[in-house]
Amino acid sequence: MKLLLEKAHIENIRLYDVYRREGGYRSVEKALKMTPDEIVDQVKRSGLRGRGGAGFPTGMKWSFIAKPEGVPRHLVCNADESEPGTFKDRYLMEFIPHLLIEGLIVSSFALGSNVTYIYIRGEYAWIVDILEQAIIEAKNNGWLGKNIQGTGFDCEIYVQRGAGAYICGEETALIESLEGKRGNPRIKPPFPAVKGVWDRPTVVNNVETLAAVVPIINMGGDEYAKIGVGKSTGTKLISACGNLNKPGVYEIDMTISVEEFIYSDKYCGGIANGRKLKACIPGGSSVPILPANLLLKTAKGETRYMNYESLSDGGFATGSMMGSGGFIVLDEDQCVVRHTLTLARFYRHESCGQCSPCREGTGWMEKILKNIEYGKGKMSDIDLLWDIQSRIEGNTICPLGDAAAWPVAAAIRHFRDEFEWHVFNPDECLKRNYGLAHYADERALAV
Amino acid sequence: MSSFSQAQMIEFNRLVARYPEGKQKSALLPVLHLAQESFGGWLSAETMDYVASLLGVEPIEVYEVATFYSMYNLKPVGKYMFEVCQTGPCMLRGSDSIIAYIEEKLGIKPGETTLDGMFTLKTVECLGACGYAPMMQLGKHYREHLTSEKVDAIIEECRKNAAMNN
Amino acid sequence: MSEQQLFKVTIDNITIEVPAGTTILNAARKIGGDVAPPAMCYYSKLQGSGGKCRTCLVEVSKGSEKDPRPMPKLVASCRTTVMDGMEVKNITSPRVTDARAGVVEFLLINHPLDCPICDQAGECHLQDLGYDHGKAGTRYEFQRRTFHKVSLGDYIQLHMTRCILCYRCVFTADQMTAKREHGVLDRGDHAQIATFIERNLHNEFIGNVIDVCPVGALTDRTFRFKNRVWFTKPVDAHRNCPTCCGEVQLWMRGDEVFRVTARKDEWGEIKDSSDGKTGWICNTCRFEKKHISDWVIEGPSNINRHSVISQGHYVGVEKPAETFEKVMDGRKPRYFMDIHNVSEVNRPDIELSLLDGPATAKIFDEPQKDNK
Repeated sequence: MKLLLEKAHIENIRLYDVYRREGGYRSVEKALKMTPDEIVDQVKRSGLRGRGGAGFPTGMKWSFIAKPEGVPRHLVCNADESEPGTFKDRYLMEFIPHLLIEGLIVSSFALGSNVTYIYIRGEYAWIVDILEQAIIEAKNNGWLGKNIQGTGFDCEIYVQRGAGAYICGEETALIESLEGKRGNPRIKPPFPAVKGVWDRPTVVNNVETLAAVVPIINMGGDEYAKIGVGKSTGTKLISACGNLNKPGVYEIDMTISVEEFIYSDKYCGGIANGRKLKACIPGGSSVPILPANLLLKTAKGETRYMNYESLSDGGFATGSMMGSGGFIVLDEDQCVVRHTLTLARFYRHESCGQCSPCREGTGWMEKILKNIEYGKGKMSDIDLLWDIQSRIEGNTICPLGDAAAWPVAAAIRHFRDEFEWHVFNPDECLKRNYGLAHYADERALAV
Repeated sequence: MSSFSQAQMIEFNRLVARYPEGKQKSALLPVLHLAQESFGGWLSAETMDYVASLLGVEPIEVYEVATFYSMYNLKPVGKYMFEVCQTGPCMLRGSDSIIAYIEEKLGIKPGETTLDGMFTLKTVECLGACGYAPMMQLGKHYREHLTSEKVDAIIEECRKNAAMNN
Repeated sequence: MSEQQLFKVTIDNITIEVPAGTTILNAARKIGGDVAPPAMCYYSKLQGSGGKCRTCLVEVSKGSEKDPRPMPKLVASCRTTVMDGMEVKNITSPRVTDARAGVVEFLLINHPLDCPICDQAGECHLQDLGYDHGKAGTRYEFQRRTFHKVSLGDYIQLHMTRCILCYRCVFTADQMTAKREHGVLDRGDHAQIATFIERNLHNEFIGNVIDVCPVGALTDRTFRFKNRVWFTKPVDAHRNCPTCCGEVQLWMRGDEVFRVTARKDEWGEIKDSSDGKTGWICNTCRFEKKHISDWVIEGPSNINRHSVISQGHYVGVEKPAETFEKVMDGRKPRYFMDIHNVSEVNRPDIELSLLDGPATAKIFDEPQKDNK
């Protein structure tokens, strides 16, 4: 079932006229006749959970926003999509930008935000143009600006470009960055709903979350909640990548099994080059990696489904997380140690450097992993690595510390033998061929 | 001392107008992008001081921000910058080979610029094109599904463009 | 304003009442002793400081009377306010001591072990933290991160290699001076305190960054390599200063003033001066007034900080009722010898604190040559 991407393939859907002809902006017409509280209530009923990674109920987040007299409130759309494996928001914004703008107008009305910002990662430079074009079209047709559709509601949307920092996907770092500062996460409390951008009450939501408000208003929250299963309501965009026949962005209702998602021709079409499935990170690089057997079936032997509850079944011992929906698949030829090393390098590179466990710990983990990968590791390094990740997890200001610790922990938990192989076979570590043989030397990982 | 042209000033004012009164510092990131594009693809101390004076902030506030974000170049770069992703999902699809190929082809290592000032090779972390890996960013756009043949074609294309513009 | 509400909070089984809005750390400091968590980045006189170093993590085993659920993660006590009925475990929680040992290890992996040549040694918070909460030995087997030394003008030396990125000096410059000229550049494990283009720090209150720095990253160039802090005696003194409160601590040896700092309390923070404001001092007082005649001496200062410099001074010593003559049956004591007759060390004609640069053997040799 498709709610968001149903019309994404229609020719010229990026243009306002085509989008409107296909039923666009109906949710705004409907929402402007409702009260803001009624909209929040519909979103609550829909059971929509934040699509950025944490999965927090959106309606509840909206109801937390403080409403002090005379202080403007802001909605900020988090389009700083940077989690390795995740590229769903990019797809949505690139192909059907008006859907996001439509969701933003409805959400701005519900939250009372007269000035709304889209904070987009700096690398998506061409998408900024696409969004700004869509905003101009929406404004020319009376969906933005002063006194929208004669209701007295004013709203402007601006696109703010980031400049290359994963950490700005964390909502308080994003707010700092929006204020023109370094993207250092703030210490909470106060939460953004009370003191956000310029100390004003602020709600930060992911692109996909805000786009999902459109079908929720169109069909009603209760109807939306019927799609999916349990607390995983509605549809979810999954960005599949790695060694798959058909990597790409898929919209699923959360009832299909992981096996179907990987092997069915409707979705990823199986593992590329006739290889076998080895492991998978089902929700973006920071969630635990699972070996094939635990991915397709839970520890209890039940089928694992593509939804919040089923993916996290078994906790971190035998389960993982839905996260942001970045589905990274490794085939049998891939080296888990090397893959974990690239992730450790990523988190070291993206740590803001504010708090000590993350600043020092991420670099330390990368160095040890590099030693192991290049045949210089010791058995005790594996235990040390485990110990370091456990001291980072939970002890940092923001979740980046956890995000850096989890992949390392899960790789050791499920693939310890592969780490040990590296320690016992130092020569073979160096001889392995990653494409061009001469590449297996350290300058490849020059910082 | 370089300063914005009239057209760039109009863009500058458009960026600043998005924020509430007295919060013009918020425009710092977009203004730095504008400055980088306008003044040769990198930010010199002089450029940053100029941005600071335009926004009415202390120079150190601009340095702090410019050094935090990876997209601002604080040293001159080549005319064409190949920013090749090397994170997990791209690695699985062979980005290591692509980086090695470019190194060999251009005779430079990551972080270096060719002697003629044409190309800079930079390894970057995840750019959000994991499904279309391996990939690199060239200017404003992404080049995806890279192969050595595609890299050859891109290098050729850049040389041709440079020759045309001269 | 209505009368302030009092909250009951129990820290390590000791219950006290504090005004609403107090942080766990400040409540624990009221109890004092080992119950107070260590703090490397929090500085009560600097707005917005804290939360970064993670050494003050504590376990909240009961959220409040109303909501008794424990908090799942350890929290930074410097930035978490108390709730009524809250129960906190600091040194009674193995989770906390373990996490703290982890943080100490993280802070030390890239910190140089150059204490023997570091001017901060003896009053270094990281040294104290390492002794109190760290573990002997290191598991870090890689090259440590290093930076070049930088002089930020004639007065302040920046030794970035030693920095733990507490941000205190940045907050100080923001809040004490009209124009901040240094800040945190780069990010992650490359982040550093710097001025970007090499620049001297001006501003007449900038010297306070030396006092707030918990480690030897920012040191006083007029004191560099002149003496070890535990050899100098702290003395309270004041002068009539047109720019600051003028209430300082002189670090003396004999009649020589080696160093001037602000007065500090038992947490190593600058004390309030007699006008009730924080006793920040100006550059003139700190760097230019190195003669005993510049100051009105109040008496030896009591260092109640837990540190090596609280050792070995003569506060509270009672003068014996009997004089030497009486004890020696009427004989007058004689000097055994004049040290300067037998040793070239500490020659009275060289005033170490006034040397322009570190005191080296060369300085002692050169005047001798002149005499010959």
